Amino acid sequence: MDYFLITTSLLKIAAILFLVILPMVSYSVYAERRVSAFIQDRRGPNRVGPAGLFQPIADMFKLLLKEDFTPANVNTFYYWLAPCLAMMPAIITIAVVPFGSTLFGVPMVIADINVGILYVFAIASLGVYGIVLAGWASNSKYPFLGGVRSSSQMISYELSLGLAVIPIFLLVGNLRLTSVVRYQIEHGWMIAPFVGDWLNPWKWLLAFPMIISFVVFAIAIFAETNRLPFDLPEAEQELAGGYHTEYSSMKFALFFLGEYAAMITGSAVIVTLFFGGWHLPLPSWHGGFHWALVDGSAPGWRGVVGGLFNIATFFAKVAVLLFFFIWVRFTLPRFRYDQLMRLGWLFFFEIALVNIFIAAIILAYVPS
Amino acid sequence: MAVTVSRPRLNWRERMYLPAIVAGLAITLKHFKNMLLGRTKVTMQYPEEKWDSHLPDHYRGAPALVRDSDGRVRCVACQLCEFICPPRAIKIIPGEIPSTDQFAKVEKYPEEFDIDMIRCIFCGMCEEVCPEQAIYLRKDYAITGFTRADMVHHKEKLLEIGGVMHGVVLKWNEKK
Repeated sequence: MDYFLITTSLLKIAAILFLVILPMVSYSVYAERRVSAFIQDRRGPNRVGPAGLFQPIADMFKLLLKEDFTPANVNTFYYWLAPCLAMMPAIITIAVVPFGSTLFGVPMVIADINVGILYVFAIASLGVYGIVLAGWASNSKYPFLGGVRSSSQMISYELSLGLAVIPIFLLVGNLRLTSVVRYQIEHGWMIAPFVGDWLNPWKWLLAFPMIISFVVFAIAIFAETNRLPFDLPEAEQELAGGYHTEYSSMKFALFFLGEYAAMITGSAVIVTLFFGGWHLPLPSWHGGFHWALVDGSAPGWRGVVGGLFNIATFFAKVAVLLFFFIWVRFTLPRFRYDQLMRLGWLFFFEIALVNIFIAAIILAYVPS
Repeated sequence: MAVTVSRPRLNWRERMYLPAIVAGLAITLKHFKNMLLGRTKVTMQYPEEKWDSHLPDHYRGAPALVRDSDGRVRCVACQLCEFICPPRAIKIIPGEIPSTDQFAKVEKYPEEFDIDMIRCIFCGMCEEVCPEQAIYLRKDYAITGFTRADMVHHKEKLLEIGGVMHGVVLKWNEKK
């Protein structure tokens, strides 16, 4: 048994979960309320603590102290199982995402497996079970409609989600997410290859299918996480809250926070695939202009600072994407259900498919 | 009768939606930015900021009893306000002023004067009807209490809100 690996993995899991992901989930709820308020010319929650910063703690107490009511005619086992299934996949997906370079020589990824992106898709699609089971177990009409909508929506968009990332892996030649980041450090970020030989026109030609991939992937992530232009399963105006209508107290909170956890993992995957992961090149003028790489490989305290800087970079990028998620939510109206299906099957699926061929043709002609 | 709504034909740019989405994002970002820079006018933040200094002179708040410059309660318990009050919020029990008192010729004073602020509709009829200029609508508007009994303003509370009114007619001067 490799005790060093087990200890560091447990430490990484505990640190990333309790110090980063869970606080980030609760503060993304705060950010959502605050940003939406600002967009709508309101103030938002500003009573609890300075600028309302302790609002998530107050929310948590409120949700914990509410009565946990189970309606009489629900299927109790699945009714209890569904909230867990809504929260868990979103959190365990983060295991394969490299959130930093190295710290004290330990790679900052919990599980660096060679099927990285497949694992992400496999686990992330389990999230639909939480919603479908919640809708079915509630034994109520609106939740049931929400659950049905959710399953068909997720199936439709998972297709374009999977196809959209294929060009990246054609380019990288490896499904491991750390290899994707390593590739982007050497050759520049997928959608903006300014690092390395940035004058090479072939690289910028390749960025074109990557940008299409990014747009399709980002929109599919919106649909996967049930965010607003595609929040048909919730649709509070039509379905009275959809799948979580019959839930209260902490069980409702698990659905609610599960959505934000899914947003965070979705953003983390987008950052890893398209925005260079934890990589942030700093301009350097030592012997002519070039981009200097900061990571945890330097000896002594410089390595520690570099490693922490990489982790901070990664989560800063995730935060920017989370802002984008919120920004879009308070800009666009919801799609009609048939429009949603049409968009998924007749446009994104085809665009992603054609995009693979474009990327493959360019790759075949790139002089390497 | 069925009506056919003619829908405009969209050109390819409009059908792509993306330009419209970007325009929408720009609008919401503008609002966000204006809020951050403090250019947006927002609602008054109530407990910190209040209407008090902005209230107009004719504002009708809580009714209150006033004293004159001699410190006498101006009310003579004529009960006109009690009769005129549309929601019957006012209850007065008159008392007699003893003949030894400085203001003996006033004869009556309110022994009890209650205004039920749950009932009061801030119409100002009491102020209008009062022949003694003894009851005025002040600018207090945040009348709160934990029980119904808390919401009844007794004479002391009414006098506390009302304070002293200078420069009104002083017809009970003993020289007149």
